[in-house]
Amino acid sequence: MHEAAMAQNLVEVISQEARAHGGRPIRAKMSCGMLNAVNDDVLSFAFEALARGTPCEGMQLQIEHKLLQAKCRVCRRIFAVDLAGVKCLGCGADDFELLPDAPMLLEQIEFEEVHKE
Amino acid sequence: MAKVNVGKKILSANEAHALKNSELLTQHRNRCFNMISSPGSGKTTLLVRTICDLAGAVKIGVIEGDIQTDIDARRIRATNAPAIQIITEGACHLSAAQVHQALQKLPLDNLEIVFIENVGNLVCPSSFELGEDGKIVVLSVAEGDDKPAKYPAIFAKSKVLLVNKIDLLAVGGLIDFDLERVKADARRLNKGIAIFPISARTGEGMAAWYDWLKGQLAKA
Repeated sequence: MHEAAMAQNLVEVISQEARAHGGRPIRAKMSCGMLNAVNDDVLSFAFEALARGTPCEGMQLQIEHKLLQAKCRVCRRIFAVDLAGVKCLGCGADDFELLPDAPMLLEQIEFEEVHKE
Repeated sequence: MAKVNVGKKILSANEAHALKNSELLTQHRNRCFNMISSPGSGKTTLLVRTICDLAGAVKIGVIEGDIQTDIDARRIRATNAPAIQIITEGACHLSAAQVHQALQKLPLDNLEIVFIENVGNLVCPSSFELGEDGKIVVLSVAEGDDKPAKYPAIFAKSKVLLVNKIDLLAVGGLIDFDLERVKADARRLNKGIAIFPISARTGEGMAAWYDWLKGQLAKA
């Protein structure tokens, strides 16, 4: 349900960019970390609903989840964390520190091609 | 096709408000903790007991977040501590902008610690920074010992885990709850997390939590 707040922010950020760029946005790529608790279906649904009547109406949203990484304190290896059963993929130790989770980022906007006469 | 790389934080509006909150709190030399848990874990009872036990020693103010009613703020005010209620009308978490308005209504000059009691929810509030010095997650034993494994984000992000209602464990056969499992699962995600088993009802274990809290004041 927090996805509604995220979608509202996304609509606002894309609309600002679209106004600055002066085109019609048709597709956006965003990314987020594992700890943001983003459900793709819920976020896409909220985005579609909140985009109505804004420059984002009808846009496609592509969501990339960036893996959470950790650094092993035993073998110093940096590995992608599986939150279901966390241990170092190198040496199997469970003594590690989580590295900062990726923020929610608007990565790219694709604008409609403008055909010049 | 015209592709434009943006690289902008989607929650930047919330983060800007969180930064303002943090600046305001620093300016008034207040420490601020964002308390997050499921509904019914005992956050308000814990705050009421903390305020009463530390009366005269630590000056505490509270921002309460709930979907409906000001029941919690009234419970806090009954202790004579100032409390501001935010009613979210359905929203599952507090935003930094809401907290900013509430902070301006608190007598920050007369406070040392501001607790933000977030909307009862283990998932949503963990994604929205409010400008706090740290998050405190409360887990009551009745919720089960699998919660750090099932809801890892909040346990990974918190400075403190308060395991509440441990008085229920003393009654044999009432609740199956493995405290050691909770500690191990939480520490696997978060080596530095401070864990205090407490009962806000009986007062058991609360002294260690108060020591931690007073230690935070020294850092202000």
